[in-house]
Amino acid sequence: MSFQVLIVDDSKLARMAIARAMNNLYPDWTRLEATNADEAVALAQKQSFDIALLDFNMPGRDGLQLAAELRDLHPGISLAVISANHQTEIVSQAHDVGAIFLPKPLTEPALGQFLTQVKHAKGQS
Amino acid sequence: MSEQSRLSLSELQIDALTELVNIGVSKAAASLRELVDQQVLLSVPRVTLVSRADAIEILGNSESRGLVAVHQMFEGDITGRALLIFPEINSLELVRAVTGGGLPLEDIIELEQEALAETGNIILNGCLATIANMLQRSLKMSLPEILRGHGRDLFNLAPQPEAGDVVLFLYINFAVRERDIRGYIAMLMDMPSIEALTGLLDEFIERTAGGMASEINAPV
Repeated sequence: MSFQVLIVDDSKLARMAIARAMNNLYPDWTRLEATNADEAVALAQKQSFDIALLDFNMPGRDGLQLAAELRDLHPGISLAVISANHQTEIVSQAHDVGAIFLPKPLTEPALGQFLTQVKHAKGQS
Repeated sequence: MSEQSRLSLSELQIDALTELVNIGVSKAAASLRELVDQQVLLSVPRVTLVSRADAIEILGNSESRGLVAVHQMFEGDITGRALLIFPEINSLELVRAVTGGGLPLEDIIELEQEALAETGNIILNGCLATIANMLQRSLKMSLPEILRGHGRDLFNLAPQPEAGDVVLFLYINFAVRERDIRGYIAMLMDMPSIEALTGLLDEFIERTAGGMASEINAPV
């Protein structure tokens, strides 16, 4: 089964880097991209997503606020908040909304590990 | 070719530079958070390449009062100056935050230079080291130096580069929660450095997103 993945980052380069890693890891999964929280919520209202990868520091609402909104829309969604800003407050707020904190720059092994965990949690080996 | 168009960076180069700055400053903020033991809030960085005169005007428009800056020079494939700038009235508050408070005013004043240099060092070194690592180059940093004045003083330091320079104005606001502290980061580079930087950015883009080139021009 292929998963639906939402990628949200205001940086085009960061989205391209995630897309490249996803292409190498799970080329058959469906990816949709958004550049900010408003776009992401609009997409999530139209369709469901299994996984969302969210940049933390974005213009408008940040990745943590967005994580909470996506959680309300799709309670079963697996969330990762991505940032180089590993301040305790941010990491613990990510955990509070049930998101995994992934460090930036995001490496393919780190993303792969998160996606494998999600696959297992959703009952696929 | 006009001076202005020679200076221009492509949209993707600006994007890549903004992302590098974002990662560098985010890491630096996490280090600063340990030092002041309070959350450090960051704005989304805005990177613009402006002339010296424009940079002075931009800073003058938002800050009419005296400024204090921590200044460090960097040298390598790209050479220039990095400045961490904040309103002078924030200075003692920053020292209080760094020293943990509870110190008498005379001690705070005595520690001011040292605390400013240390804070600047953490932010500027952290930021530049991250950027240099991600560009796979090394940069040599000078020791931090404290400057006081207005935008025109901070952006007109001697010696001025022969080739003329531009200010890479990295406009990022940082604020320390529950303290009245905010500031900016600016970098000054000469033309050859800006040219070298664009080459390094292209390499970085290729390493980061190579193979996704077909999507570079896709609508966002």
